[in-house]
Amino acid sequence: MAMTTTADHARADPHHIGVVIEHPGPAPKRIVTAYGFWVFLLSDIVMFSCFFAAYAVLVGQTAGGPKGAEIFDQRSVAIETVCLLLSSFTCGMASIAADVRNRFWFYLGMTVTCVLGLIFLVLEFREFADLIARGYGPSRSAFLTAFFSLVGCHGLHVSAGVLWLLTMMAQVFAKGFRADVLRRMMCFALFWHALDIIWVGVFSVVYLLGGAP
Amino acid sequence: MNLLDPQGPVAAGNSTILVDSVFIMLVIVVPTIIAILGFAFWFRASNPRARYQPGFVYSGRVEMVVWSIPALTVILLGGVAWIGSHQLDPAAPVPGTGSPVRIQAVSLDWKWLFIYPDQRIATVNTLTVPAGAELNFQLTSSSVMNTFFIPQLGSMIYTMNGMVTKLNLRADNEGKLQGMSAHFSGDGFPDMMFDVNVVSPLAFPEWVANTAKTDAVLNADSYKKLMQQGVEKGRPVYRLDDPRLFDLIASQHIPPGPGPELASEAGRSHSGGHDAR
Amino acid sequence: MLGKLDWSAIPLDQPIPLVAGAVVLVAILGVLTWVVVKGHLPYLWSEWITSVDHKRIGVMYILLASVMLLRGGSDAIMMRIQQAVAYQSQGYLPPEHYNQIFSAHGTIMIFFVAMPFVIGLMNLVVPLQLGVRDVAFPTLNSVGFWLTATGALLVNVSLVVGEFARTGWLAFPPLSGLVYSPGVGVDYYAWSLQISGVGTLVAGINLVTTVLKLRTKGMNYLRMPMFCWTTLASNLLIVAAFPILTATLAMLLLDRYLGFHFFTNEAGGNVMMFMNLIWAWGHPEVYILVLPAFGIFSEVVSTFSGKALFGYRSMVLATMAICVVSFMVWLHHFFTMGAGPDVNAIFGIASMIIAIPTGVKIYNWLFTMYGGRIRFATPMLWSVGFMVTFIIGGLTGVLVAVPPADFMLHNSMFLVAHFHNVIIGGVLFGAFAGLEYWFPKAFGFRLDERWGKAAFWFTFIGFYVTFMPLYIAGMLGMTRRLQHYDVAAWRPWMIVAAVGVAVLTIGVICQIVQLVVSIRNREALRDRTGDPWDGRSLEWATSSPPPVFNFAFNPDVRGEDAYWEMKVHARQQSLAHEQPEYQDIEMPRNSPTGFVCAFFATIMGFALIWHIWWMVILGGLGAFATFVVFAWRDHDEYVIPAEEVARIDRSNIEERRNLVSMAGAV
Repeated sequence: MAMTTTADHARADPHHIGVVIEHPGPAPKRIVTAYGFWVFLLSDIVMFSCFFAAYAVLVGQTAGGPKGAEIFDQRSVAIETVCLLLSSFTCGMASIAADVRNRFWFYLGMTVTCVLGLIFLVLEFREFADLIARGYGPSRSAFLTAFFSLVGCHGLHVSAGVLWLLTMMAQVFAKGFRADVLRRMMCFALFWHALDIIWVGVFSVVYLLGGAP
Repeated sequence: MNLLDPQGPVAAGNSTILVDSVFIMLVIVVPTIIAILGFAFWFRASNPRARYQPGFVYSGRVEMVVWSIPALTVILLGGVAWIGSHQLDPAAPVPGTGSPVRIQAVSLDWKWLFIYPDQRIATVNTLTVPAGAELNFQLTSSSVMNTFFIPQLGSMIYTMNGMVTKLNLRADNEGKLQGMSAHFSGDGFPDMMFDVNVVSPLAFPEWVANTAKTDAVLNADSYKKLMQQGVEKGRPVYRLDDPRLFDLIASQHIPPGPGPELASEAGRSHSGGHDAR
Repeated sequence: MLGKLDWSAIPLDQPIPLVAGAVVLVAILGVLTWVVVKGHLPYLWSEWITSVDHKRIGVMYILLASVMLLRGGSDAIMMRIQQAVAYQSQGYLPPEHYNQIFSAHGTIMIFFVAMPFVIGLMNLVVPLQLGVRDVAFPTLNSVGFWLTATGALLVNVSLVVGEFARTGWLAFPPLSGLVYSPGVGVDYYAWSLQISGVGTLVAGINLVTTVLKLRTKGMNYLRMPMFCWTTLASNLLIVAAFPILTATLAMLLLDRYLGFHFFTNEAGGNVMMFMNLIWAWGHPEVYILVLPAFGIFSEVVSTFSGKALFGYRSMVLATMAICVVSFMVWLHHFFTMGAGPDVNAIFGIASMIIAIPTGVKIYNWLFTMYGGRIRFATPMLWSVGFMVTFIIGGLTGVLVAVPPADFMLHNSMFLVAHFHNVIIGGVLFGAFAGLEYWFPKAFGFRLDERWGKAAFWFTFIGFYVTFMPLYIAGMLGMTRRLQHYDVAAWRPWMIVAAVGVAVLTIGVICQIVQLVVSIRNREALRDRTGDPWDGRSLEWATSSPPPVFNFAFNPDVRGEDAYWEMKVHARQQSLAHEQPEYQDIEMPRNSPTGFVCAFFATIMGFALIWHIWWMVILGGLGAFATFVVFAWRDHDEYVIPAEEVARIDRSNIEERRNLVSMAGAV
C-alpha cells in the first residue's frame, strides 16, 4: 500500500523532491485581510523610501538657503516624537480592548490616540507655517523641497489615519464589535504602528542626522 | 550615417563589439529557432512516426544543459561588456596626431552651439574638426536634456543643464558627416541635425582664421538671444568674446533657457491648453 | 470658476483629434442610447458595472484593453504614415501634434492596453486555477478596475479638451517641467497615471494575497499551475514597483503645481534622480507585463502538447529569479549619461543575467513540445510565433545591454524595434494566446479557428514587415521620435514599415471579424464540457462559463496538473459521487463602490488638471464619503442556498456526462 502511494505520488507530482507538504486550503478571512493589508503597508514603505532617497540626494542642495541645522527646532520635534510613540501604545491598548470587546477602554484608548495624533499634527503644521513665514518654503531650495515632501507625506498619512480613527470609533459606536469592524480595527492598528516606524526613520534621518551642525 | 561604416576609432570599436556580440548570440539563437520550428513540426499530432512521451517532463541532464547554455553565453558576453565598457568609456583618451582640439558643445532649444575656447570662435549647427586629432568634448545643455551623437564617430552622450559630460572622439577621414540630437527635446527636435566637416589638419587653422574674421560676437547677451526657442536654418559663426562662456553656462551663472513662456509672450493664449501652438 | 479651462481648450483648428473625438463621442452615445432604449441598463448595472465577480471584472479589464488597443493602434498608424511621408517635408502632422501622438501611443499601450489585458487575464483565470470562489478582496478588485478605466478616460478626454503630453511616454524633466511644458498635457499624463496606478496597486495587492493565502485544499506551492506562479511574481513586482511610480509622479506634480524643486534646473533640482526613479519602476514594469505572458505560454504549450510542463521546478526558479534581478538593472536605460565604465559594465552584466532564466524558459517550452502530440489550435500558433519572435527580441535586448553597443543604439529606431519586438512578440502575443485559450471558459463558446489563424498570420507577418525595417533604420543612425528628416537612406525603410503596419491592421480586423463570426455561430461553437482543449488545470474542471461560485465543492488537489489527475483517475468532479451533499455558499454581494469611487476620481482628476479647486474638494469628499458608506453596510455577503447550488451543478454535470467521452483522456 505504501508502495502504491509513493508510486502514485511520483507520477502525480513528478517535480517534487522529498515530502509533499499538504496544504489545508484557503486561509480564514481575518488572516487574508491582515495579510493583504501588510502587503499594502510594504508598498507604502516603498513609496516612503523614494522620498527618503530623494531627501538623501537633495539634502546638500540648499541653493544658498538654510541648512537643516539652522531651521530645525529639536524641542518641538522631540515632543512630536513622544506624542507619536505614546499614541502607538494607546492604539495598542485600544486594539486589546476591541479584542476583549470592552467599549470603555476602547473609546478611551482611541480618544487618547486621536488627541496625541492631533497634537503631533498641530506641532508639525506650526513648524511648516513658521518656516514658510520665514521664507524657507519648499520652493526655496531642493533641500527644502525634499524636507517638506518627506515630512509632509508622513503628516498626510497621519491625517488620513486620524480620519480613519474617527471612522472606526463611529463604526464601533454604530455597529458594535462585529467581525468585519474588528478586521478593520486590526488594519487601522497596523497602519498606525507603521506610521510610527516611518516616523522613527524620519526623525533619525531628517532631524537627528540633518540637525547636526 | 551607417553605424557599420565607422569613420573613427571609437565608432570602429563600438561597431566591432556590436557585430561580435550579435555573432556570439547567433551561435545559440539560430539552432534554438531551428529546434523550435523542428520540434513543433515533427511532434505535430498528425505525425504518426513521432513518439508520444507524456512522461518526459523532467531530466536532470537536460536541465543542466539548458541552464548552462545561456549562462555560458552570458559569461562570454559579460566579458565583452566589461572590457568594452572600459576601453570605450566616453571619457577615455583617444590618442591622435597633433595637438588635441577642445570643443565645448551646448545643446540649445533647438540647435547646437559649438565653442572652440582655444581658437576663440564658436559655430552653430556645424562642427568643423581636423582629421586625425583627438577631439576633447565637454558638453552641457542650456535647457532640457539632449544627446550628442555623430553616428559614424561613435559613442553618444547626454547633455544636461547644470552638468558637464565628457566625450573624446577622433575622425580619421576627411569628409562630411552628420550629427544629431538623439534624445527628444521638444517641438524643434528633428531640426537638431548638424553638419560635421572633417578637414585636413592643414586646412583646419585656415578655417579657424577665416571664421575669426566674422563680425558676430558671442557673449552672454548674444548667447541669451541664441537660446530662445526656435529652429536655426542658417549656419551662423561667432568670434568668442569670453573663453569662459561655457563654464558660465554649465555652472548656471547664465540661467537656463526660458522655454516657450517668454519666447512667444505675444502669441501666448491665456488658456493652459495651447500655449505653444 | 473653471480654473484654466475655457473654450480655447477645444482644438477647433485641428481636424484630426476633433473628428476622432466626435466619432468616439457619437459611438459612445449611440451605444448608451441603444442600451437604454433596449432596457439593458438594469442588467448592465447589476450584472457588470457593480459586479465584484472576478470573472466579470476580468472580462471588463480585457474589454477596456481591447478598446484602448484600437486607440493606441490608430496612433501607431498615424506615426508610421507620418514618418513614411515626412522626408524633406513636414508630413501631414505638425510637431506639436505628432509629439502628442507618440507620447499617447506609448502611455496608452503600456498602461491601458498591456496592463489591463494581463491583469484581466489574471483576474479571470487565477482564482479558477487555484480552485477558489473569488479573489481575496472582491470589492477592492472592482475599485481597481474602475480606477484604471478612469485613467483611460482622462487620457481620451485630452484628445478634445486641451492636449496630451508632448514629452514622450515617460515625461522626462526638465522638458516635462512647468517651464518647458506649461500646457495641461503633462498634467493629463501624470494624473491619469496616478489614478490608474492606484488601481493597479490595488489589483497587485489583491492577487498577491489571493495566490499566497487562498488556495484550495492540497494546492501547495509546487502544485500551482505555472500561470499562478508568474501571476505571483508579476504582482509582487507591482506591489514593489508601482509605489515608486506614484512617488516619482507625485514629485513631478509637486514641481509643476507648487513650485517644488525635485527635478527643475533651478535651486538644486536633480534631473538624473527622475531618470533613476522612473526606471527603477520602469524596468520591473516590463517584467510585470511579460511574466504573465510567460505563464500563459506555459499553460498553452503544455496543454496543446498533451504533456505536463517540462522542468516545472526550473520554471519556478527562473520566474522568481527574473522577479528579483529585474530590480537591479534599471541603469541600463541610461548608459549614455557618462556614469563611468565600472557602473556601466556592472549594470550591463546584470541585465544580461536576466537572459539566463529567460533562456531557460524558452528551452523548457522547447522540451515540453519534445515528445508531445502537438495540436496547432490558434493559441498554440501564437505560442510558437512568440518563441521565435521573442528570441530575436532577446538577442537585440542583450545587445543593447552591452554598453559600447548601446552607445550607438541608445534611443535609436533599433531600440524602438527591440522593445516592440519583446512587447508585441511577448506580451501581446501572450495576451492573444490567452484570449483564444480562455475565451470559451469565460463565455461558453470557442472563437472561430479560421479567422483566428488568419489573424495570427497577418499579425505575425505584419510584425516582421513593420519592425525589421526599424532595426535597419536604427543601424543607419536613425533616432526615434523624429517628426521629419532629410536623410535619404532612411526613407525606403520607413515606407516598408508603413506597409507592415497595414498588414498588422488587417490582423486586428481579422480578430474583430473573428469575434463577430464567433458570436453569430456561438451555438455551433458551444463548449458543453467545460474542457474544450483537454486542459490540465482546475479552470477546466468547472462548466463554461463557470457558475458565479466557480466550484460547487472546493476541489481537492492530489498532484501537479490537478484536473489532468482528476481526469486520469476518473474522479472528475462529482461525476464519481452519486449524490453529493450540496451546501449553502456565501458569496460577496455586488457593490457600486468601485464605480462611484471612479466617478469621483474622474471629477477630481479633471479638476486637478484644470486647476478647478472647488471641484477637487468636491471629488475628494465624495470619494471619502463613498468609502464610509461602503464601510457602513451591514450585509456584504449573500447566500446561495444548497438547492440552488445543486440545481446549477446538476444541470452542468448532466451536460458534461453526455459529452464527457469526447473530453479525451478520461
